[in-house]
Amino acid sequence: MSGPATFTIDDADGGPVLHMSGPLVLSRLRDLPDRLAAITPAPARIDLSGVDRMDTVGAWIIHRLARDHDAAISGANDEATRLIAQVAAADQPFRVRPDTLPAFLRVLGQIGEATVRAGGTMLGLVGFFGAVLLAAWDVARHPRRFRFNAVTRQFEVVGVEALGIIGLMSFLIGIVIAQQGAVQLRQFGAEVFTINLVGRITLRELGVLMTAIMVAGRSGSAFAAQIGSMKLAEEIDAMRTIGVAPMEALVLPRMIATVTLMPLLGFYSSLIGMVGGGILCWLALDIPLATFVQRIREVVPITDLYVGLIKAPVFGAIIAMAGCFQGMQVQGNAEEVGLRTTAAVVQSIFLVIVLDAFFAVFFSSIGWM
Amino acid sequence: MDVSADVSPNVNDDRDVVIRVTGLRNVFGDQVVHDGLDLEVRRGEILGVVGGSGTGKSVLMRSIIGLQTPEAGEVTVFGISMIGREETEAKTVRRRWGVLFQNGALFSTLTVAENVEVPLREYYPALSERMLDEIAGYKIVMAGLSGDDGPKYPSELSGGMRKRAGLARALALDPELLFLDEPTAGLDPIAAANFDALTKGLQQTLGLTVFLITHDLDTLHAICDRVAVLADRKVVAVGTIPELLALDHPWIQEYFNGPRGRTAAASAAEHAEAGAE
Repeated sequence: MSGPATFTIDDADGGPVLHMSGPLVLSRLRDLPDRLAAITPAPARIDLSGVDRMDTVGAWIIHRLARDHDAAISGANDEATRLIAQVAAADQPFRVRPDTLPAFLRVLGQIGEATVRAGGTMLGLVGFFGAVLLAAWDVARHPRRFRFNAVTRQFEVVGVEALGIIGLMSFLIGIVIAQQGAVQLRQFGAEVFTINLVGRITLRELGVLMTAIMVAGRSGSAFAAQIGSMKLAEEIDAMRTIGVAPMEALVLPRMIATVTLMPLLGFYSSLIGMVGGGILCWLALDIPLATFVQRIREVVPITDLYVGLIKAPVFGAIIAMAGCFQGMQVQGNAEEVGLRTTAAVVQSIFLVIVLDAFFAVFFSSIGWM
Repeated sequence: MDVSADVSPNVNDDRDVVIRVTGLRNVFGDQVVHDGLDLEVRRGEILGVVGGSGTGKSVLMRSIIGLQTPEAGEVTVFGISMIGREETEAKTVRRRWGVLFQNGALFSTLTVAENVEVPLREYYPALSERMLDEIAGYKIVMAGLSGDDGPKYPSELSGGMRKRAGLARALALDPELLFLDEPTAGLDPIAAANFDALTKGLQQTLGLTVFLITHDLDTLHAICDRVAVLADRKVVAVGTIPELLALDHPWIQEYFNGPRGRTAAASAAEHAEAGAE
């Protein structure tokens, strides 16, 4: 193999002459561009007769040198002449990176953009909610358009298939609450109040909240991803042209399933949570299960159950809406599906927790404490 | 199997064979895609690879470039075996070829110019930023895009522009061998003809060897030196189009003599005449 590309300079009549030699190819360049840039005075002629091989990068370097110093090229063989002509033809004003702004303006711009986007999303969600209500009203007036199969399918996916994971999670949460509660209450000799803690907190708050988070992660994300990839594959457009309303066929079944199943799943979660708490009380605090059940009936008011059951369908509606809405917003490329899926989960969990705070204040102020 | 495997005179000189595939066998589940496939690609030619859907054209390309490990057979590129080779050896081969995937396969988080710079940065970390930008610039213009397209992201490009950007990236390292997977699929006839002219022009000025998978009969007539026909799980024939037409393989006859094949042939002949005048 030959050595790296190199050059020598000698002075002739018309000014300095640059004699290039060796293979003028990308893999043999080494620091040649820097050394060439450092030549003074600039060459008046470039002699290529010593060059045995050349590629477009080599041709570009020669072309740039000749262009910048107005130098003549001599001794090029046919191939080199052709390559230099080729790269010269491709020499156009060129931009590599998008224009960048100063950091301060950029951050300001990002804040503005995020605000506009958040506002747009909120408006879009409200609009989407309206569209869902209209579709529901439409289906209510024409019950034959109700998609029974799609709804039962979603019941299975959202509800039945989630029983295992929600049950396990609630059981463990029940144990953790009872255990932590027992440790704290023992300091006052009030271990028996662990039962109040477990019963009230699972029914009022944690059952529904944890279920909502789990459903958002399992089903809300799935809605966004499914509808989003259907949007990408133009399936949604195909539906519209055939005359099937995507709202009716895709969104409504998911909404109905989630709104219906959230109270059931939430209640189930509360029960399993109490089972977990009960078992811990039995094993760690020596409170018999029968006593545990007896105490639960005495200390947990029925309104706690209502609080949970009222919140659950609202959370369900938010999760399904955020998922379907983000799915419908997908356009462009597959990357967008991922972004929208993430947005659906973050948005629904955020909205669920904000609403939960409102509910807490509301129920306290109407006296359901 | 009444058709001879290769209708052109055999090339025995190894220096003139860039890709050699012998006895290739690819199996997916219980579906045999290739069985005993042989193919040679010679230096400096544009070899068109045709075949019906599902005959494994893309699988053949993936086997050659090492994305798919075949069940049996031997693949050599530039005389180096591509199966069971060392990673360092594979790297020296990889920098001598460029691959254009069907939809460009541009990295979506990088701009067009940054995409073109990726292979350069990978193999030549010593190049200065200015040099990288300049190389990316002229490659992009060479591939038929304008200088303003450099800072755009792939999602802002049309299908044809994406292919050109993919071609610019494939050409980044000044390869000797270029793989093109259906470069004209999804382009309008004008864009497709332009892309053909671009491929031919680059092949001539840069002295490339091109392995071109296509469905486009016009491309075959316009720029391919030889055509390899995939059918019955192997390459049933390789040759120029007139040579292929002389064979009586039913698929080849239907392909080139069907209504579309005849139209493409007629328009190619017309172009040739117009060029001669």
